[in-house]
Amino acid sequence: MPDGSLGAAVLRIEGVTKRFGGLVAVDNMSFELSKNEVLGLIGPNGSGKTTMLNMISGALKPTAGAILLHGKDISTAPASEIAALGIARTFQIVRMLPSLTVLENVAAGGVFGHSRRWGRELDDYARDLLQRVGLRGADDASVAALTYIDQKRVELARALASDPEVVLLDEWLAGLNPTELRTGIALIEQIRADSRTIVIVEHVMDAIRSLCDRCVVMNSGMKIAEGTPRSVLADAEVIRAYLGDADA
Amino acid sequence: MSGAGEQRTVPPMQSLRAALVLSRREQISVIVAVLLIGAAALLPVFGKAYWLSIGISVAMFTVLATSWTLFSGPTKYIALSTAAFFGIGMYVVGAGLPYMPFAVLVVLAAVAGALLAAVVGLATLRISGVYFVIFTLGLAELVRQIVAWAQHVMGTSSGLYVLISISDSVMYWLLLGLAAMVYLVGWFIGRSRLGFALRIIGNDEVVAVHCGINTARAKVILFVVSCTFASITGALVAPRWSYVEPSIAFSPFLSFEVVIMALLGGVHRLWGPLVGVIPFTLLWEFISAKFPTQTTILLGACFLLIVYFIPRGVVGLLEDLMRGHVGGLGSVKGLFQRGKTDNA
Repeated sequence: MPDGSLGAAVLRIEGVTKRFGGLVAVDNMSFELSKNEVLGLIGPNGSGKTTMLNMISGALKPTAGAILLHGKDISTAPASEIAALGIARTFQIVRMLPSLTVLENVAAGGVFGHSRRWGRELDDYARDLLQRVGLRGADDASVAALTYIDQKRVELARALASDPEVVLLDEWLAGLNPTELRTGIALIEQIRADSRTIVIVEHVMDAIRSLCDRCVVMNSGMKIAEGTPRSVLADAEVIRAYLGDADA
Repeated sequence: MSGAGEQRTVPPMQSLRAALVLSRREQISVIVAVLLIGAAALLPVFGKAYWLSIGISVAMFTVLATSWTLFSGPTKYIALSTAAFFGIGMYVVGAGLPYMPFAVLVVLAAVAGALLAAVVGLATLRISGVYFVIFTLGLAELVRQIVAWAQHVMGTSSGLYVLISISDSVMYWLLLGLAAMVYLVGWFIGRSRLGFALRIIGNDEVVAVHCGINTARAKVILFVVSCTFASITGALVAPRWSYVEPSIAFSPFLSFEVVIMALLGGVHRLWGPLVGVIPFTLLWEFISAKFPTQTTILLGACFLLIVYFIPRGVVGLLEDLMRGHVGGLGSVKGLFQRGKTDNA
């Protein structure tokens, strides 16, 4: 679905701005996501990608603009409500629930969100998800005992536990070694195969090229390019944003 | 996991049935709990008056510390408002006795406590860490001043006579029954989605909201449950003091005692506070008999010793010893490190 022309937009960002006092972190951003699309939100450090993601998930409220999920404005809704509407996320810095077991960490995502389970059904579902992300048999382990990649797997499984329609992955592939990266990319492919719509904020260019249907490039809070990974990565302004003037 | 799909919800009956299915271990726990409560109920039959009076204190603090833990254990919000709700319970009974039967007043006390808790909860549970601690401490003082002011305006004396004869045995049984109720409620909450939500909130509130949890609602519900029990306790023990005045009913001392007992026992198990209540009540009996003028400083010393040496309480200590390591997650120190509101 490279051109994103399939049906109506699942998620539409309309002129969204976020100001922190005098700092404009996100400046009049607009883009949209079609069903089952993988959109890469890229740009140099500090360009406002995570802030943008935080506004979609409800962690932050936009100063101006609208965020529409199937045409309904969710820009002022609390994060818990947005989760229940079917938008799940992972965090840039992994957030585990340290006093809960691995299985409970995953189950946490499946009780109050978009799709709700409880009791044995929830356990089975969470166990199944753990297996899918490649963590079989770690159910009762403490999350503190897991490696970094395994914690990332747990967080992904937690996000998937609510059977979300839209998944927001904030640098989920960062910090992985080349083998883990291949596994990680395969996992995201799999999530897309479950007919979910995905936004990834990412710096790993290999991942962007192989996963994304479309990229939106941000710099200083503004959108500077949009298109296929190939075209935006060749764009002069994008190269300037990443590497500075001398190399453009 | 069949694609992004329709919203599903668990039918209430199904989740209720799931909550009632007990594992082998839980069945044993229930039997042990029933036997222990049954044994405790025999105290007035065999015990002397002195031990019965200690029994009343133990039962009272068991209810207060356990219900405090229902809220503060999982959320890690240290509430110092026990005295406010306890005092309200006492005052409802003290003020209403000339007009209404005791049983009705106990119900009224519960309602009054629940309403105040709901208002306070909605107003304050958005603040966390030390701000919440200070607010709850101030609450007891605020209510005390309001009551004192109201009495002054109405021109009555500064206190109330609670003239009703309830034998120590009956009061003990009432408190014991209330304790059983706290355990039952706590056990149900622990197995419910609400209990799970609170554990998630206690771990990471940002994750909790992104899991779809309405954190404010969950916290308010638990705060109301916890405080209602404190009000009922105040109402039940009011007859023990034949004369009630604000400085007795709303003593901040009580709030601290409850916190210390709960921490001494351990707040991550439902029966944890009990392990703290029994030795502490006995110790306190001894201290207040031998050193009546130094009680405050000794209370402070106890608090410091507990936080430093047994941060996870006696229960945590025992569990660590059995598992062969000391320290770990969920310690009391963690309780005080809250309130750094970090963004995602």
